[in-house]
Amino acid sequence: MTLFLLSIMVFLGGQVLPGNVGRAILGPFADQRAVDALNHSLGVDRPLLTQYGSWIWNFIQGDMGTSYIFRSPVAPFVIDALGNSMKLAAVAFVLVVPIGILGGVIAALNLNRPLDRIISLGGLSVTVLPEFVTGIILILIFGVWLRWLPISAAWPRDAGFFTQLYYLILPSLPLFLVLFGYIARMARSGMIEALDSDYTRTAVLKGLPWRTVIWRHVLRNALLPTITVIATQTGYLIGGLVVIETLFRYQGIGSLIFTAARGKDFPVLEAGILTIGIVYAVATLAADFLYSVLNPRIRLGTDQ
Amino acid sequence: MSATDGSAGMPAPAPNDTSRRGPLAEVFFSLLRSGTFLTGLTIVVFWVACALFGEHFAPYDPLADDIINALAPPSAEHWFGTDQIGRDVFSRVIVGSRDILTVAPLATLLATIAGTALGLFTGYFRGIVDDIISRILEAFMAIPVVIVALLAIVALGTSKTTVIVVIGLSFAPIIARTVRAAVLAERELDYVAAAQLRHESALHTMFVEILPNVIPPILVETTVRLGYAIFAVATLSFMGFGIQPPSPDWGLSISSNYGMIGGGFWWTVLFDALAIASLVIGVNLAADGVHGAFND
Repeated sequence: MTLFLLSIMVFLGGQVLPGNVGRAILGPFADQRAVDALNHSLGVDRPLLTQYGSWIWNFIQGDMGTSYIFRSPVAPFVIDALGNSMKLAAVAFVLVVPIGILGGVIAALNLNRPLDRIISLGGLSVTVLPEFVTGIILILIFGVWLRWLPISAAWPRDAGFFTQLYYLILPSLPLFLVLFGYIARMARSGMIEALDSDYTRTAVLKGLPWRTVIWRHVLRNALLPTITVIATQTGYLIGGLVVIETLFRYQGIGSLIFTAARGKDFPVLEAGILTIGIVYAVATLAADFLYSVLNPRIRLGTDQ
Repeated sequence: MSATDGSAGMPAPAPNDTSRRGPLAEVFFSLLRSGTFLTGLTIVVFWVACALFGEHFAPYDPLADDIINALAPPSAEHWFGTDQIGRDVFSRVIVGSRDILTVAPLATLLATIAGTALGLFTGYFRGIVDDIISRILEAFMAIPVVIVALLAIVALGTSKTTVIVVIGLSFAPIIARTVRAAVLAERELDYVAAAQLRHESALHTMFVEILPNVIPPILVETTVRLGYAIFAVATLSFMGFGIQPPSPDWGLSISSNYGMIGGGFWWTVLFDALAIASLVIGVNLAADGVHGAFND
């Protein structure tokens, strides 16, 4: 549903915008016949519904159209950019998921003590800040003053895995900070609820060691809702990527869309946004699946 | 601390005193006792004052360039230094609060009005109308604001109105969801049944009977949304899709100066970044206080 709506929005955006595509490419002084011929060869003089149909059909087949600016197929650009973005998102996720959960668990185990206050308030503060603001401050601290990390994410050619990783630390930190607050908060409230429950009391009263109670009884139940939150943050993360990739001049899908929007390169813009929509849909689906695998109530419920 | 400052001015209320106050007064007094709320409010009021009267106490004209003194580091003359064409950063930071504090509240207002109306309709009528609208809104909510904004702004051109409309409409479904949940609970109550028996019109029942009773969740959601609206406006301005030059807007200033950050000109971006950070945190602290006051 989201995908369908997104595809229509993207398509209409691409339609309303350019006015006359041929005119936009050839410039105001081109001959009208040349403009008409170009419009015809691009197919933009056909009825809207036909255009939408053929655009979607081609997209499904992997043909994302031709960039107005580069005059070459869009697909390689989008795939390269997507790969780069995934690297960045992966670094952010690998950092934030364990640390966020750990933060939330520690906060819940120290409920209302100073450590809990620090984690909760700190998490909340960094979560509400726009990524480019934390990004700028981090660049100033680690890139300009301390000179520990490179301020641009464009690594040298043929950089190995660890060099790439080194260049990706600073860009992934703002994403990390924004997500940290959400994940820690969910993990914290999940933990509080589980610690308060009857089964935890039963486990404690039957004399199980505290460590076993936490690992076997509390954590398992506490982390389920957190998984859902992590998945819903994918959409959010994508919005963040657009900003971060622009700030760090990183060749990802976000900066691709941004550049395409600036240059009014609609095929690239449309393909980029639709690709993001697909990634989002897949991530949501994967989370649903993971949730049902981890939650015996749902897993057993569907078997009946 | 601000918490004690707020309560010190008032006589301490006797325990049985609270029962005689109306529910709204109750909330008001618990707000005055909330340190979080007062801290947030102080920050927000400071920036609103800057937005309203900034040019009267800013030492320089925020738009006046002075090429000879370009990129001067902070000094007694220019507290926050000067930017690449010699404009005084301190004056720009002060006056820079104006545009964001116009656009973000208007966007929030639009979101609140549209969201409340949508929430009332879907919650009151339920059934197929509710199903269809709710599915569409859910789908819409899954799309990041930045993407919607990018599309809309490329399609419609950049202007403050576009930014207000884009953010307002992106946030409306979220407010609608909150209002709908509240209306679903209210519509089962006797006073709604009474209104229906009197053959009041659906519009009357929704807006005159139910609406006043769902104001608290709307207020809470609105203050929370205001924080996100400031986030979104700042981000869009930074991307070049929001507030346009020559405004001394913070996000815009960062976007035009961060290219030189490698050269060590930290003062051209740091103070704008801190200004955005303080405003966002201030609004969120206030929102947190409002949330607490209504839910305790």
